[in-house]
Amino acid sequence: MDLQYSSEQQAFRDEVRQWLQANLPADLRAKVTRYQHLDRDEVMRWHRILADKGWIAPHWPVEWGGTGWDAVQRYIFEDECGYAGTPQLPGLSLMFCAPVLIAFGTPEQKQRFLPPIYSGEDFWCQGYSEPGAGSDLAALQTRAVRDGDHYVVSGHKLWTTQAHWANWMFCLVRTDPKPKKRQEGISFLLIDMATPGITVRPVILMDGSHEVNEVFLDQVRVPVENLVHQEGQGWEVAKYLLNYERLNAGRVGTSKRQLSELKELAARTVTRGRRLLDDPRFRDRVSRVEVELMALEITNLRYLDRMVRSGRAPGAEVSLLKLKGTAIQQQISELMLQAAGPHGQRGTGPDTTMDEHDALMAALAPRYFNLRKLTIAGGTDEVQRNIIAKLTLGL
Amino acid sequence: MNFDYDLEQQQLANALRRFLANEYDFAARTRILASGNGHSPPVWTGLAEIGLLALPLPEEYDGFGGGMVDMMNVMEALGEALVVEPYLATLGLGAQFVLRAGSDEQKRAILPAVAAGELKLAFAHLERDARYDLAYCATSARRSGAGWQLDGAKSVVLHGACADLLVVTARVEGETDAEHGLCLFLVPANTPGVTLREFHTADDLPGADIRFDRVVLAPDALLGHAGQALPLVEEVVDYATALLCAEAVGVLRLAYQSTLEFLKTRKQFGVAIGSFQAVQHRMVDLFIDLEQAQSMACLVCARMDAGLDTAERRRLVSAAKIRIADACRRSSQETVQLQGAMGMSDEMMISHAHRRLTMIAQQFGDAEHHLERFAD
Repeated sequence: MDLQYSSEQQAFRDEVRQWLQANLPADLRAKVTRYQHLDRDEVMRWHRILADKGWIAPHWPVEWGGTGWDAVQRYIFEDECGYAGTPQLPGLSLMFCAPVLIAFGTPEQKQRFLPPIYSGEDFWCQGYSEPGAGSDLAALQTRAVRDGDHYVVSGHKLWTTQAHWANWMFCLVRTDPKPKKRQEGISFLLIDMATPGITVRPVILMDGSHEVNEVFLDQVRVPVENLVHQEGQGWEVAKYLLNYERLNAGRVGTSKRQLSELKELAARTVTRGRRLLDDPRFRDRVSRVEVELMALEITNLRYLDRMVRSGRAPGAEVSLLKLKGTAIQQQISELMLQAAGPHGQRGTGPDTTMDEHDALMAALAPRYFNLRKLTIAGGTDEVQRNIIAKLTLGL
Repeated sequence: MNFDYDLEQQQLANALRRFLANEYDFAARTRILASGNGHSPPVWTGLAEIGLLALPLPEEYDGFGGGMVDMMNVMEALGEALVVEPYLATLGLGAQFVLRAGSDEQKRAILPAVAAGELKLAFAHLERDARYDLAYCATSARRSGAGWQLDGAKSVVLHGACADLLVVTARVEGETDAEHGLCLFLVPANTPGVTLREFHTADDLPGADIRFDRVVLAPDALLGHAGQALPLVEEVVDYATALLCAEAVGVLRLAYQSTLEFLKTRKQFGVAIGSFQAVQHRMVDLFIDLEQAQSMACLVCARMDAGLDTAERRRLVSAAKIRIADACRRSSQETVQLQGAMGMSDEMMISHAHRRLTMIAQQFGDAEHHLERFAD
C-alpha cells in the first residue's frame, strides 16, 4: 500500500498551486474567504481566466477543450482550487449540461452549445425540481406537447439555481402524460430563456440571498432540435449525471481551508486570558471535525484509486462523499458561528461601513443559514442514504 | 404538586394568544419587519393594554407583581409567534436593573412609564471582545463635576435600535475584565454623544452598535453603587436567561408543530413523507427534546419563584440553558432539513424559527459556556 502521490502528481500539485497563487485575483479570493456572495460578473471573470489558461473544463474530451488530465490530476486541481478559495464556477453549465451533451448530444448540438459554455458566453440553469417533485423527481408535471417542429412547454419549475443569471435552461419535461412507469415519458429539452412565455421569479433564502428562483413556463415554444437523446428517454439522461464522475463531491480542499480559518478565529478569540482554541470543549469539537476530514480525504483517494484502476464509473461512492463532505462543511460553519458567540447575532443594516472584524462576524450567521442547503440541494441526505442502501448494501 | 398554570395565568396567556393571532400572524409580522426596524408601536401598545408590560413590576409602581412562572407563560406565547418586540430587553433586563438597584426616585420615574408602554429599555453591555465574559467592559466612566462622563463602544445591543432608555455598563476602575469596578448608568438614547449604528440582527431583532463619546451624565444617572455592579449584572442576566429559556420553548413548539403538519401533508412517492420510518424517528426525537426543554423551563422558573441562593441560581440557570441550547440546535437543523427546500425559503415561517432558535442557542452563553459554569 502506498498512500503518497507520485512525484509527478506532486509536481502537478505544485504547478497548480503556484499558478493559482499568481492568477487568482485578490479581490475575488477575499470575497470567497470572507464568506461574501459573488455576483455573476465576478464568477464569470474567474471563468474567463481559467478558460484563457485552458483549465476551465478539465473533464471534457480534449477535442472540446479538455486538459487530458487523468482522474487523479483532475481531483488534485479541484482540491487546490477549493483550498485556494476560488469562486464557485457555473457547475450546471460545465459539470451537468456539457457532460450530457458530450454523451447524448448530436454533433450539431455539441458544436452549437459546447464552445459558448467553454468561453462563458452561455450560462445554464437546471429545470428539474417542481413544487410537487423534489426528492421524488419522477413526479414532475411540466408538460411538453409536440406541435409541428416545436414542443410547447407549460409548467412550473422551482428552486432553479441562478435562473436569473442564465440564458439557457436544460429541463426535464413530461412528453407522455400517461406512461406505464413514471420514469418513462420524460424528455430532456434545452430551452432558450429569452423565449416568450418564460417568467423568472426570485425565491429569497433565509440568509437573504437570491440564488434560486421559480420559473414559470407558459406555452413556451422549443424547437425539436433542442431535444437531447430520444423523446421519452430523459430519465436515462438524468440518471447518467447521477453516476457521472464527481469525485470532488466531498469538497475536501474547501473544508481544509475553512478549517484553518476556523482555527485562526478561535486562536484570536481570547476570553479571560484563554484562547477559545484552548478551551477543551471547543477544541475537541474542532478536532473531531478535523479527524472526520482526514478520514474523508483518504476515503476520497481510495475511491479515486479504485476508479482509476478498475475503469468503472463511481456509483454510490459519490453519495457517501457528498454526505460526509456536506456534514463537515456544515459543522465548520456551525463552529465558526459558535466561535463568534454573541457577536454572531450581528446582522447587516443600511450601514455597510463595518470594519473587517465586524464584517466577518456579520457574515457568519448568514453563511451558517445558507449552508443548511447543502444537505438538501443536489439530492437530500435522505436520498443519498437511500442510494447507498439500495446500490451498495442491497437493501 | 401541580404543574398547571393557574386560572389567572391561563386567562392572561389566552388573551395574549388571541391578540397575537389577530395582530401578529406571520403575514403581519413580515409587514412589520419590512416597514422599519422591527418594533411596532401599535403592537407594543397592545401588549401594554393586555397588562404584559406591568406584569413583573411591583404594585407600588403600577405593576401586577408577577413572578417567574407568570412571565414564563407570557414568554412561551411570545416565542410561539416569533415576536421581535423589546419585551425581554425592557422587562427582563432594563427594568430589572432599575427595580433591583434603583433609588425610589429612579423607580418612580421609570417603572410606571414602562408599565404604561411609554418607555422601552435595552441593556447596553456587550463589547467587541467580550464574548460571554460578563465582567468584560472597556467603556469608561469618569467623575465629571458632580456627574459622570462616559466613553466607549457597545456591540450588538439587542433592541438598541428601538430603546428610549439604555442601561449602560461602564468601568470606573480595574483592568478591562476585572470583577470590580463596574457601574450601571441610565442613559436616554437621545443624550448628546450617543450614536447608534442600527441593523437587523441575524434573527431580525432591532439591534445597534452604540458609541458613547464624552457623554455627560447627571449624578442621578448612576444606578446602584459605583464599582460594584457585576453581581447584579450576573443576577439580572440569569433572570433574563431563564425567561429566554421559556421563550425558546414557544419557538421550539412552533417549529415542532409546523414540521409535524408538513410531514402529514407533504406527499412524495405517492405517500405523506411522515409515513417513512426514517423520518418518524427523527420527529420523535424532536418531540422528546421539546418535552425536556419544557421541563427545564418549568424547573428554573418555578424554583426562582421559590427563592434561590446565588450558587443554586447559577447552577439551575445553566442547566436549563444547556438543555435548551441543545434542543434549539437540533430542532433548528432538523426542522429545516425535514421541510426540505421549502425550509430554506425566507417566505416560510420555519426558516424564521430556524434563525431565532440558532441565536437563542447562543444568547447569554452557548451550551459549552454553561457546561463550564454548571460544573464550577
